[in-house]
Order: sequence, then structure tokens, then C-alpha cells
Amino acid sequence: MPDKFDVIVVGAGPAGTSCAYVCAKNGLNVLLIERGEYPGSKNVMGGVLYRKQMEDLIPEFWKEAPLERPVVEQRFWMMDKESVVQFGYKGLEWGMEPYNNFTVLRAQFDQWFAQKAVEAGVLLINETVVTECLVENGKVVGVRTDRPDGDVFADVVVLADGVNSLLGKQLGFHNEFRPDEVALTVMEVINLPKEKINDRFNLHENQGCTIEIFGDSTKGNLGTAFLYTNKESLNIGVGTTLSSMIKAKLKPYDLLDYLKNHPMVKPYLEGGESAEYLAHLIPEGGYHSVPKVAGNGVVVIGDAAQLVNAIHREGSNMAMASGKMAAEAIIAAKAAGNFSESSLNRYREALYDSFIIKDLEKYKDAAHTFEKHPQYFNEYVPMLNRAASKFFTVDGTPKRVKQKEIMRSITKEKGTIKVMQDMYRAWKAVK
Amino acid sequence: MSTKTIEEKQYLLRFKCDTKSHLTVLDYEVCKTNCPDKLCTVFCPAEVYKWEGNRMQVGYEGCHECGSCRIGCPHQNIKWEYPKGGHGIVFRLA
Repeated sequence: MPDKFDVIVVGAGPAGTSCAYVCAKNGLNVLLIERGEYPGSKNVMGGVLYRKQMEDLIPEFWKEAPLERPVVEQRFWMMDKESVVQFGYKGLEWGMEPYNNFTVLRAQFDQWFAQKAVEAGVLLINETVVTECLVENGKVVGVRTDRPDGDVFADVVVLADGVNSLLGKQLGFHNEFRPDEVALTVMEVINLPKEKINDRFNLHENQGCTIEIFGDSTKGNLGTAFLYTNKESLNIGVGTTLSSMIKAKLKPYDLLDYLKNHPMVKPYLEGGESAEYLAHLIPEGGYHSVPKVAGNGVVVIGDAAQLVNAIHREGSNMAMASGKMAAEAIIAAKAAGNFSESSLNRYREALYDSFIIKDLEKYKDAAHTFEKHPQYFNEYVPMLNRAASKFFTVDGTPKRVKQKEIMRSITKEKGTIKVMQDMYRAWKAVK
Repeated sequence: MSTKTIEEKQYLLRFKCDTKSHLTVLDYEVCKTNCPDKLCTVFCPAEVYKWEGNRMQVGYEGCHECGSCRIGCPHQNIKWEYPKGGHGIVFRLA
């Protein structure tokens, strides 16, 4: 193995593999370093992979990638203890080309994707931890690994080392994250025969459904739960900000079991067989937590750059897009023979000009607002359920009277001004 | 059957254990005297941290490498590294 590359990418997740793939396709010498036994063995995601950003890398990838089901229905649940208010969308157009998104199992998908990068010319080295960036005269010149004689050099080092990004911290690009900047999420994969899944979720072959669950799924804490359909298994998971978990003294696996046994959820899982249990952090600090993303001889992409839109459960697509943008900046830097921060800032500019930072900016106050004001999860969701129950129960009361009673019960509970304030605050945070 | 306890959940997983812990409690006295809540024993998703009467036990072998303990320890008392390359948890599915 040569000890100098054009590019070293640390981490073979969606961000790192995308970046490595595009660099190699454009003739650069790329080393992709993965600490796990294989790409995907350390990677966790609820399970939704968006088509657009993946297709920008590999056209018609759905014809060969290991995918579970194309999602044709997205449901949203506002759940109380013994009830749920639902809305959603099901559209057959999502079940045909070019599709909108798919459920995937990451350990399988990431291996396939990394193999595509290898076919494009990337050198993939598994089972290797990068312990630090090598810095000379203010420029990152390579990495130190935990292998004997493990120093490797490159013009550019790409940090795709995930949510914990110890390497970004080493370079001073970000401080240690606070517990309110990360969400601790746990999930289980539960095997269930295909026919049962299709019946329970009202699906045909090769159709998938996703359910996002708010409210009692987190016992009213800031977070969400999800239930996704794979081919012959379900992914069920729940997460809250680590700070909420700490404040409420919740054990994450107890919360998961609470969800699995919730009367609104349990019938979907009945008879299922647990196959895997997984925990992971999600970077949810948003716009304000995005670290420095370009320096001399170094760029930061994906979760390592905190590129997650928690409100829309987008992350892997942002990882891929940021990896591609970083690759394009590196290719331009190579052509110019200039790997300085000002040259690599082309990546930063592309990132800030894209949907990624624009969307994070849109929701920059959302996490903070909902963390500080948990009433949206623990008061309004139950209120909404009570209102729906009242409105749809036929008891001889005229509908206009019911409407008035519902409005009165809400304002009486909280006070009219308080309710108006809450609504205005929520609107401001997501507008 | 669907799991009911953390032990059952952890039993589903594959680990390739290193002989050396990648998690280090920096000062055991801090856990004992300065940390009445011992929050890591609550929020750790794999129950890696267990208070054994007067000392924190770290069952690093079952760690998911999520990073919560490093970020959540109110005393920044946990040194957190990745396990040696190829070691630690091996997710097979999601």
C-alpha cells in the first residue's frame, strides 16, 4: 500500500462512501478507512433512505441495491395513552420509478454501497481505527491509525467519522457536544412473516409504510418513535434528546418496551421475533451546532458535521449530498493544486447554498423551542386526542355545541393567552 | 418472541470483544462521592455501567459505542475511545 493518497476518507457510512466514490470516479487515489469488521457493522439508522441524493450518485440504484420496500405510505400519529390521532399520505406514485424513499437495513446497504466505491477504484481498509489527524504547519497531512506503522498521508483528509467525530474535536472544529445536541435512539428489528406485515399495514408486495409517532411514545418527552416495514421484519425505535432522557431518568430500553407494549402499537408486533437491538446517537443540534466544515487539508461531512434534519427525519441523504459536494471541492482543489482552507471552502459554500443548510436554518430554533417547552408533546397531544374523541363521539350533542365545548376546554385548561402564545411560538420555530 | 428485558436484547447481538476496555472511568472517587444520581447507570442503552455498592463497574463488552456516556456524564469522568479496529459491536441488520 502506498503511504500517500490524494484523499483519505475516514468512515464508510453514507457520507464517506459517497465522497470516496465520487473522488475515485474522477480519477483520484482514494483510501477509505472503516473501523468496523465491514461497512455498516457500526452504523445504525431508523431505516428510511431517500431516492434523490442516492440517485445523484448511482442512477437507478434501486435495480441492484439491497433495499427492503419502497415507501408508499407515510403516517403520523399523535398518540395518547389509549388513543391516537392519525394523519398521513398514501400514493401509488411512490411505489413506482423513480420512487420517493425506501426502507433499508443498513448493515446490508452500506456493504453494497462500499463495494460500489471499491469497483470505482477506492481502496477500502476495514477493521482500522483512525486515532488522530496528523497536522503539520497548521495543515492536516494525514492520519494515524491503530495498525502498526499506521501513519498514512494525503492531500485531503475527509472526516466522515460519524456523530461522535472525535477527529473534529481533536482539530478544534467543535467542542464536546451537549446532551441537548444529540438524541439517544434505540430500536429493535422484529422478524414477522411478509403476509402478516402486508395484512397489518394494508400493503401489497413491494410496498412499504412508515409511521412516525409523537406524544406518549416518548412519555411526553422531546423526541419521536417510529415503526417501519421491511420485507420480512419491522424496525421499531424510539429516541429523545439525551438531555430529556437524563432529566426524566428514563432507561432507553424501558422506553422501547413501553412503546412495544403500547395498546396502539402492540397489535402490529404480535407474534414477532426480535432479531437485533441497536442504540445510536443522532446529531440533532441543527444549524447552531454545525462545526467548522473545511480547514487546511481537511473537510467534515455527514453526521460528523451534524447534518441531520430531525423534523423531517432526513440524515443519510444529507450525508450523501455533503459527501458529493466535498468530493467536487476536492476535485477542484486537486486541479488547482491548492488544498488550503480557502480552496476547500468551495465545499462550505456549496453546502450553505444547498437544501442542507437552508433546511437546518429554517428549523434552527425548533429543537431549542421544543426542549424548553415540552407542553407540545405532553399537553397538546393528549388535548388533541380528547378533542377528537369528543368530536367524533355521537351522543346527541349538536356539533356546534361540541366545537364550543372543545375550544372552551382547551382555553380553560391553559388560558386563552397561553394557548395563543404556544401556537405562535411553535409556528415561529418551524415557519 | 419479542424481547422483554435488556438482557434479552443484548443477547441478540454479536460482539467481538477486545481484552482491553475502550471505556475508562477517570476517577472512581467522583462516582462514589460526587455523583448521587449515577445517571450513566440509567441512560446507558446497554446497561454497561452498574453501581456495585461502592464502585462503578464498566461492562465494556456489551457497549454499542453510541457515545452517550461521554456526553452525558455530568462530571466528564469517562474517557471514551473506539475499540480496537474490527472489535466491539458488530451490527448485522439495521
